[in-house]
Amino acid sequence: MAKLLRLVATRLGLGLLTLLVVSVLIFFAVELLPGDLAEAVLGQAATEETVEAMRRQLGLDRPAPVRYLEWLGGALRGDFGTSLISGAPVGEAIATRFANTLFLAAYAAVIAVPLAILLGVLVALLRNSIFDRVANVATLTSISSPEFFVGYILILFLSIRTGWFPSNASLSGDMSLTDQLYRAFLSALTLVLVVTAHMMRMTRAAIINLLASPYIEMARLKGVPPWRRIVRHALPNAWAPIINVVALNLAYLITGVVLVEVVFVYPGIGQLLVDAVAKRDFPIVQACCLIFAATFILLNLAADVGAILTNPRLRHPK
Amino acid sequence: MTRLIKPAGGLTRRNFLNTSAAGAAVALGAGILGGPARAQPKRGGTFRCAKGHGSTTDTLNPGSWENGFMLALAYGIHGYLTSVGADGSLQPELAESWEATPDAKIWRFKLRQGVTFHSGKALTPEDVVNAIQFHRGEESTSAAKPLLEAITDISTEGGDTVVFTLSAGSADFPFTFTDYHLAICPTKDGAMDWQSGDGCGPYTLVEFQPGVQARFARNENDWNQERGWFNEAELLSIVDLNARTTALISGDVHAIDKLDLKTIGLMERNPNLNIQSVAGNQHYTFAMSCNKDPYTDANVRLALKHAINREELVEKILFGYGSVGNDHPIGQGQRYYNDELAQTPYDPDKAKFYLKEAGMDTLTVELAAADAAFPGAVDAAVLFQNSAKAVGIDVQVARKPNDGYWSDVWMKHPFSAVYWGGRPVEDAMFTTAYAAGAAWNDSFWENDRFNELLVTARAELDEAKRREMYYEMQAIVNQDGGVIIPMFANYTFALSNDVVTGDSMSSHWDQDGERWMERWSFA
Repeated sequence: MAKLLRLVATRLGLGLLTLLVVSVLIFFAVELLPGDLAEAVLGQAATEETVEAMRRQLGLDRPAPVRYLEWLGGALRGDFGTSLISGAPVGEAIATRFANTLFLAAYAAVIAVPLAILLGVLVALLRNSIFDRVANVATLTSISSPEFFVGYILILFLSIRTGWFPSNASLSGDMSLTDQLYRAFLSALTLVLVVTAHMMRMTRAAIINLLASPYIEMARLKGVPPWRRIVRHALPNAWAPIINVVALNLAYLITGVVLVEVVFVYPGIGQLLVDAVAKRDFPIVQACCLIFAATFILLNLAADVGAILTNPRLRHPK
Repeated sequence: MTRLIKPAGGLTRRNFLNTSAAGAAVALGAGILGGPARAQPKRGGTFRCAKGHGSTTDTLNPGSWENGFMLALAYGIHGYLTSVGADGSLQPELAESWEATPDAKIWRFKLRQGVTFHSGKALTPEDVVNAIQFHRGEESTSAAKPLLEAITDISTEGGDTVVFTLSAGSADFPFTFTDYHLAICPTKDGAMDWQSGDGCGPYTLVEFQPGVQARFARNENDWNQERGWFNEAELLSIVDLNARTTALISGDVHAIDKLDLKTIGLMERNPNLNIQSVAGNQHYTFAMSCNKDPYTDANVRLALKHAINREELVEKILFGYGSVGNDHPIGQGQRYYNDELAQTPYDPDKAKFYLKEAGMDTLTVELAAADAAFPGAVDAAVLFQNSAKAVGIDVQVARKPNDGYWSDVWMKHPFSAVYWGGRPVEDAMFTTAYAAGAAWNDSFWENDRFNELLVTARAELDEAKRREMYYEMQAIVNQDGGVIIPMFANYTFALSNDVVTGDSMSSHWDQDGERWMERWSFA
């Protein structure tokens, strides 16, 4: 157990280092983009005078490394700066959006993860049957189509033709949870369709791989029924790869859904990031990217810890 | 169902009748301002409108407003000194009346009595002074700063009057205050307070989530009870064209703007929808830098102007929702539109002639375009390339990224695609984009006669003389100017059938001049 804690501590330390590198990359990537905040905000209305005045007010006339170090100094003290455009603290600007993103990710994950694992076990059990093929073709089709296309198809059939669900998922603060679940259903369903195939295929592959092992053959010879062979004997040993794929998909649900947000007008963090990049609002871009990087680091760590905990050989090393 | 509304002042019989009816109503009910020329609209309901604009970086700071979402929000919650009526005429709003000295240099605006902000604070001349001063001065980053450059002094007089002193006479000065940036916000601690979202418009701001939505409730204490018919209004930002169209078709919202011209025919077949197309001053241009070769030669400019097939662009880029332009920025509905000026046609022979005059047989130019310039700009450039081939002009289309187009391509590349929203008065349009040295003179064009006329016409109060001068200016821009203006694009938007609009709709901006919140109602 002590070893596990040490692993977590080391990985978190390395994670912080990664975040630092990410922040440098992001800062200079934003710097490399053509035009700066003053020009982007004023747009076609920019005149030399107003651009100059805005640069002076925001301190954009100073060299880039100085601005980065200032931001870093603030960040180390827990102050991630204020949005250059609205002047609101970054935390405030991001909080609602990020909560919305987490809500949608959780909504989709709660449906997709059990569904994918259940389907994976079923298709492993009934492999090469009609059910196996239909499930495979269906999930592979949905993962192979771009997610916005899946979204449009769902909107066409479940919103326009039948009117069962609203096509846009715009949430506002005073909605009840049921309302929110109803409004966001199509966007969650799109994400479910997009992530299920990956997890299901991995579950299926990991289990089928194990079915050829001698201990499974032993179980079969002693007369254990097929479903029990898979659930009791094969699945516990298949958890490690499954957990890894689940973690990657969860990270995707948080960081990669901007297209789904656009199609369903869902006020998540992806749209915020795109707008901030377009306007070169560096503190917001930086904060969003750090959140994304941290998501990957933490979920990968969780997957590794999960793999160790589900494997007695790793849990009790000799 | 399509209802094509010609700009007010246009030539249709229907419009003539409307205008005369409105004139009669005003004559009869003198003193009743903004009196409706239609049956009393019904009050009530929650109106939801989705716009193809809006960004998470939007703020309530009037100096930063730049898109249709904020425009509609501003006209909903704020009051302005003057406004553009549905017929395109200047209307009093917070200013009850105004008068100028004979040289049009000093303007006195008398404020309406009894106007209060949503917070209950009464409107004072100081509020107006601070609200205008906000956009002026060294430190101002306001987009409205250039509009107010002529002002040298602002003062108050007698507790209900604001006095503006200008550096030179300007007959259209009252029109300046119709600009959406110049919202009158209350004064707090000696400066304008825009942060609170308090205003004296027909609606109060209930909720504002930048880039997502804004919600409004009717201002029960509005000074003008003849507007603001909905109990509540919701403004959603749905930038994705498909999502916006779906929202309307599935009945989630009552109105959307910026229709997909390619599928407008399909929408017209839907009996629950009402497609609107309003001709205005919005125009799409190709700007040539007159200070760079080969565009320094007026003959080259004329050759290019004759090498573009305008009808084809209107048909294929605007799908008929627009009209051909004549290389000057004045719309057909404007007061001094020159209807005597000959239309520049697509004429390869004439274009060749001008090319010869410039001492050339063939010409190769590079035209920069991106869809950020206007929807379909890249396609329009390719069509231009095709029509110019017959002349021996090789227009090479350089496709540029949308991101950074206004900072890196526009006014940097010598030949680029641009859109202009147009201005309600001729002087504002010419001063903004055609006067020598103007910040947005995107063709870097300088014409002495034009610049002289511009200043004289601005201060001229005699209607006939002014008309003559503006006619001549349009002719000069048409012949000598550095901007090709092939088309004027209509504002197209769609409503559900239960929405009632006025008989004529403003062409000042999209969706009834973006004053739909105060003008429209439910059936």
